[in-house]
This record gives sequence, C-alpha cells and structure tokens, in this order.
Amino acid sequence: MTNSTETKQALLASPLIRQYGGIVISLIILCLVFSSISPRFLAFNNFMNIMQQVAVIAVAAYGMTYVILLGDIDLSVGSIIAVAGMVAAQAFSMGFGFAPTVLITLAAGAIMGGLNGVLSAKLMLPSFIVTVATMGIYRGAVSLPTNGAPASIENETWLAIGSESWLGLPIIIWIVIALFAINHIVLSRTIFGRRAYLAGGNREAAIYSGIRVDRLKIIIFMISGVMAAISGILLSSRLSSAQTNAGMGYELDAIAAVVLGGTSLAGGVGTMVGTILGALIIGVINNGMNMLAVPYFYQLIFKGIVILFAVWLDVRSKSMRT
Amino acid sequence: MAVSSNAPVLEIKDIAKTFGPVTALKRMNLSVRPGRVHTLLGENGAGKSTLMKILVGLFQPTSGSITLRGEPYAPKNPIEAKVLGLSIVFQELSLCRNLSVAENILATHEPNRFGFIKERDLNAQAARIVEDLGLPVNVRTKVGDLSIAQRQLVEIAKGLSRPADVVILDEPTSSLSDSEAEILFTIIERLKAKGTAIIYISHRMEEIMRISDDITVIRDGSFVATTEKQNTSIEGLIALMVGREMKDIYPPRLVERPSSAVSPVLAVENLSEAGKFENVSLDVRPGEVVGLFGLIGSGRSDVMKALFGFGQPAGTIRLNGNPVHLRSPADAIRHGIAFVTENRKEEGLVLQHSVERNINMVALGQLAGQFGFTRPARERAAAKTEVLRLAIKTASIETPAGSLSGGNQQKIVIAKWLQTQPKILILDEPTRGVDVGAKFEIYRIIRELAAAGTAILMVSSELPEVLGLSDRLVIMHDKRVAKTLDAQGLSPETVMTYAAGIHQ
Repeated sequence: MTNSTETKQALLASPLIRQYGGIVISLIILCLVFSSISPRFLAFNNFMNIMQQVAVIAVAAYGMTYVILLGDIDLSVGSIIAVAGMVAAQAFSMGFGFAPTVLITLAAGAIMGGLNGVLSAKLMLPSFIVTVATMGIYRGAVSLPTNGAPASIENETWLAIGSESWLGLPIIIWIVIALFAINHIVLSRTIFGRRAYLAGGNREAAIYSGIRVDRLKIIIFMISGVMAAISGILLSSRLSSAQTNAGMGYELDAIAAVVLGGTSLAGGVGTMVGTILGALIIGVINNGMNMLAVPYFYQLIFKGIVILFAVWLDVRSKSMRT
Repeated sequence: MAVSSNAPVLEIKDIAKTFGPVTALKRMNLSVRPGRVHTLLGENGAGKSTLMKILVGLFQPTSGSITLRGEPYAPKNPIEAKVLGLSIVFQELSLCRNLSVAENILATHEPNRFGFIKERDLNAQAARIVEDLGLPVNVRTKVGDLSIAQRQLVEIAKGLSRPADVVILDEPTSSLSDSEAEILFTIIERLKAKGTAIIYISHRMEEIMRISDDITVIRDGSFVATTEKQNTSIEGLIALMVGREMKDIYPPRLVERPSSAVSPVLAVENLSEAGKFENVSLDVRPGEVVGLFGLIGSGRSDVMKALFGFGQPAGTIRLNGNPVHLRSPADAIRHGIAFVTENRKEEGLVLQHSVERNINMVALGQLAGQFGFTRPARERAAAKTEVLRLAIKTASIETPAGSLSGGNQQKIVIAKWLQTQPKILILDEPTRGVDVGAKFEIYRIIRELAAAGTAILMVSSELPEVLGLSDRLVIMHDKRVAKTLDAQGLSPETVMTYAAGIHQ
C-alpha cells in the first residue's frame, strides 16, 4: 500500500528507469503481443534463437554506438561484414589456421574502418559521404577473389562458433555478452570513452581542451570496422560460407538499434546498455514475425512503424522529465 | 505629436511567472515611455530573460497584466508580438548562415506571390532597411561570410524590419567593437526620434550610462527601482543590483607585482603569421597580469590562438627561456598553458553534459587511474572542490552545464582550466556576457591566481576592465604591437590613441 507506492515512486525516480523506461516498455509490449499470438514465443529456446539472430546486428551496433556518439555515421558496416567473411574464406583456402585467420579478419576490419576514419578526418569529408562511397567499394571488393561466387568455409573451430554451446549457452551468445561487457566498460569507465562523449557533444570545445579529435575519430571508425568484422565472423560461421551479399542492409539495422537505444544522432549522448536493448527490439520483431510467418514485405513495414513508435516514446519520456 | 511623451506605451503590472515550484518572476513592474531608452539591469538569473520571453509571447505569465498602447497585450508567439508592434533582437544569433542578408532580414515575411519569393523586391526592401539604419553591409552577401560583429548588426536590422512601437535589444553590443557599437547607438538615436520605445539590456555600465534615459533594476525576479539616468551613478546602480555596496569593482592586488628583474615564464619574440599578425613580441612574468588590448581585427585573438598551438607562426615562443614549438592545443596544455576561450558555448562547454564532466574535461588524464580507467570518486571530489572554490551556483554537480546562468558557465570554463594547474593562463574576454556579481568574482579569481604565481595574459574589449586588472598593457593595432605600457595610472584616452593608430 503506502509501502508499495513508495517503492513505485522510488523506482520512477531512479535514473535507470527514466533512461531506459521507454525502450524496456516497448520491448515488453512486443513480447506480450507476440506471445499472446504464439505461445512458443516465450520459450527459453526461442529466446536463445532471438539472441543468436540478434548477435550479428548487436555486435555491429556496438561499434556503431561509438561512431554515432561522435556525431558521425558508418554506412559501410554491412559491406565490411561481407568482406570479413570473404577474407576469412580466402585465408583458410591459403592454408592459414584458425587463430591467424581470426587475426587477419580483424585486421581487415580495422583497415577498412581506419580508411573510413582517415578519409573523413584528414580530408574533412562528412562521414556519411565517405561511408556511402566505401559501402559500395567494399561491397564490390567482396566479389574480387571469387568473381561473385560464394566461398565455403570448412574450418571446424570456425564453424563451432555458430553451432556449439559452452556451459549451456551458444558460443555466439557468450561472444555477444563478452563484447557488450568490454564495450560498456570502455565507453563508461575509460578516458577514451569519455573523450568520445566530449568530442561528440562539442567538437570545438574538445579541440580546445586538448583532445585530438581527428585521431579519436580514426580510432573510433577502426573500432566500428573491427566490430563489423566480428559480426562477419559470426555470420560466416553460421552460414558455413562467405556470401557476397552477406550483411546487406545490416548497417541500417545497426543504426536503428543504436538510435532505439537512446543514442543521439547529434552526438554526445548514449550508452551501450541502450544499444543492446535496441538490438533486442529488432531481434524480437524479426523473430516474432518469422514465427508468425508474416511475409517479408509486411515485416519491413511493421519494423519501420515499431522503430518510429519506440523512438517517439523515448523522445517523449525524455522531454517529460525536463 | 500624436503621443504624449509621458504616457507609457508599454506597461507591465505585477507580472509573476512560476515554473512548477520555481519562481522566476515575483512581482515585476515596468513602464516604458515612447521615444526613450529604458535599460533593464540585473544580474544573470535576476529574471530579465523570463520577462523578455513573456513580452514576445514565448512564455505566458502566471499572473499580472501587460498593456501595449493602453490595450491588453498577450501575444502567443514572437510573430504575433511583432505584428502587434513589439520586436526583439536576440543576443544569440538567430541568423541562417547559408542565406543572404536580405533573406535573413525579411525572413517570415518575404515579399511573395503565391508563395514564390519575389527576389528583386526582397533585395530592394532589405536594402532600404539596411540603408535606413546606416549599416555597412551588402544585402546580397551570405551571412556566413560576414564577421560576427556584422552579423549582430544584421540581427538588429532583422529585428527592426517592421515598424515597431517597442524594440527590445538584448545585449546587442556584446560582440561589437567600439566603432560598430557607435553605429548601433546612431540607430538607437534615430529610433528614439521616431518615437520608438527601446528596452535595452546590457552588462556594460559605461554604455548604459551613456545611452539610457530610464533605468530599471531588478533582482531575484522582483522589481527594485526605476530611476532616470541623471539621478543615479554606476556605483549606485551596482549597489541596487547586487543588493549590497560594492566599493571597488576591481579588487586590489593581493601581493606586490613582480619586479622587472624576474625573468618571464612566457616570452614571445617576433611572432608572425601571414595575414593574421606581424612581429608580435611580448612577455609575461610569473604572478603578472598582462592585458592585450586591441580593436576587433587588430589580430589579438589570432595571437592568443597561436600561443595555444593553433597555426604555424614564424618567430620564437619561449617558456622559461627555452624555445618551444607548440603544434596543437594538447601540446600547449602539456607545456602548462591554459586558454579560457571567448565563446563558452562554442569552444568552452559541452552544454548537455553535467557540471562535473565539464569541469574535468581537460584534466581527465590527470585524474584517471591505471590503464586509462576513469576514477569516478576522484572526479566527483575534484569537481566539488572547484564548485566550492569558485562559488559556482548549481543545484548539483550532475546538473547539465547548459542550464546554468552565463556567469556560472564562465566559472566552469575557468574551473576546467584551473584543474590543470597552469603556469600560464590566457583569458579571452573572460567576463563577456557575465553579470556584475560574477564579474567581481572572476576578477577576484584572477587576483588569487596571480598571487599564487600564475602568469596571466588577458584580452578584453572592455577597456576599464583591462586597465583595472593589468600590470602591463600590450596594445595592438593593425596586426602589430603598437605599444607596451605600464598599466599603472594609464588613462583610457592614451590607450585608445595607440589602439586606433593615431599615435605612431
């Protein structure tokens, strides 16, 4: 009674609820809707399914969070995902083992992301333009080694990532959780993360405060490239092959996840917690509609509407606070 | 004359405004007569902006009444206010950089047919307005290509693009040089002659005493007093404004000024950068305050930027006698130089971030622990210390910096630099747009830092301030150092003759 109203008020007052209330409510509503239509939706196994499907988007969205926080955008991550798979397939066919191939793939991601960052920072081009261009370049480059044909991957360790479990959880979910923890700590508890917030919040003030904004931008685009490459590893492992059209359009899902998570496109505001919640919303929508056998084109329409609604809810709950 | 000069054109009676539990205005009274300049004076946070926002219809008053020309006046938005005859010139520039001067001046009422803008009429109308006001700008120029000062004048033209009975000028001179301010004062005279009432807001006492007819002081959201100018003095107004006697707004030196035998910590020799400044030499000793004075365009701001690692100047910069090459702000900070920039909103603060984050912005690395991890407890303690030391008025260190008043924002900018314990502190217009109370405190901070041995180089376009605080004065004219003088007993007239290039 009085006690419960007090707890309720305390809950409402807590910054966590205020920050993530809107998006968590959206998530719950979606889950309720899907589970009322299909009882299978709430099963633990299905939750595992959602997480596995969401993994590729979530990992790319981690990288995208830094980029958007800086007030920039990276449209090339979908293409980098595909290139990463192809680089791995080629490395294996050249006889490299598992560990070297992972390193080569991550390095490829870092180079592609770094190129985005250097072009944007040093030539002072808007990142939107740079990554629209490299999105095409990287996508085209995927087909170079095989002339457009897919390349199969047979390394067992590689394939285990997408199919095996450890301690009852699929390895892919462990990777999503581990990367979440690392990125969350980097963003919220390190000087590097703080600098990203400052430079995104006010670039000029950051420069005058001695932050090397150009270098920061290049590093952040490299992180985005590496995260996309990890997404590429996960995807190619699940598909047992490198497809030239892999990850197509994933950049938009990643951006949607980040923005759903409350990260401001203007820069300076956002969190990794928000991003993982945003990725979950997208995963739940995809999974729920697949389960209900909704045709793909309806899925697109519905997803668009949900994104608009969730962002509106978020903006509204934030403006009510002030 | 149609209007008797004694009947007020605008009358504000017992206006109050509350935001939930917060009272912004308690009991505001103001009576503005036609053909007169009525200055509104009060510290930041006293309620001036709330009152202005009520007058242009951005806020609705909680109680009280306003009459314009004797009729009840309650606009719902600035456009309606403009139609009813009340115009405002905002202090923050509200111009679109990519549009021409004409397009900006006539924005929201462009001459058009069926929604298509009539370009020729637009330019002609705007040209007439600009000519009427005597502004030296071409209406076809893009606003982005104008200097800040010229933009401010365009902003004024925009506010005056429709005949108005009452014009509000909110700190119109804050980015104007003296000669440009003169243009503004001429405009004000013309408006007065036409019978327009002007509500004038400014923190510059000298200019207030010069152009005002009536002065109303407000404090803590309440009306304090209205007087005619001839019945008051600067000291009297300041006392009314802060609610206490303020004998000398420039606090006395805390220790003796350093002797000329002390070797300078910063010495600049023949510093030049093409098109920006030439052969600039100056030095600053530990514990000394050196003023850098010059009119807008004299190159003083570029010199400061060069001392903070921007650009590739030729010449020598010595720190403690050793020549250094400052490649970037990060480099300058490493050498113990701090730079309190001129525009706190653009170059100083991240407005949406908390007071704490802003205070720790520069010293982030120094406060951090191992492996680049931040140390939240230490950061909080550091921020709280600065808030206490500089008497920053804020609800908590979690409050967004953007919600603080101008004076307190400026103190945050100073705090973030004090965190680095600089050996050399460069201050660019440290009291611009800051109220008298906060000004006094900033002066006190400058004195304390100098007493502790910090070398201070200060730029200000307020001559009394430079004279009141500096030990020595470096005067720039036309991108060169015109003269370096001892500030003791120096008269403003002497300084101006050098700054204007009359003395060679």
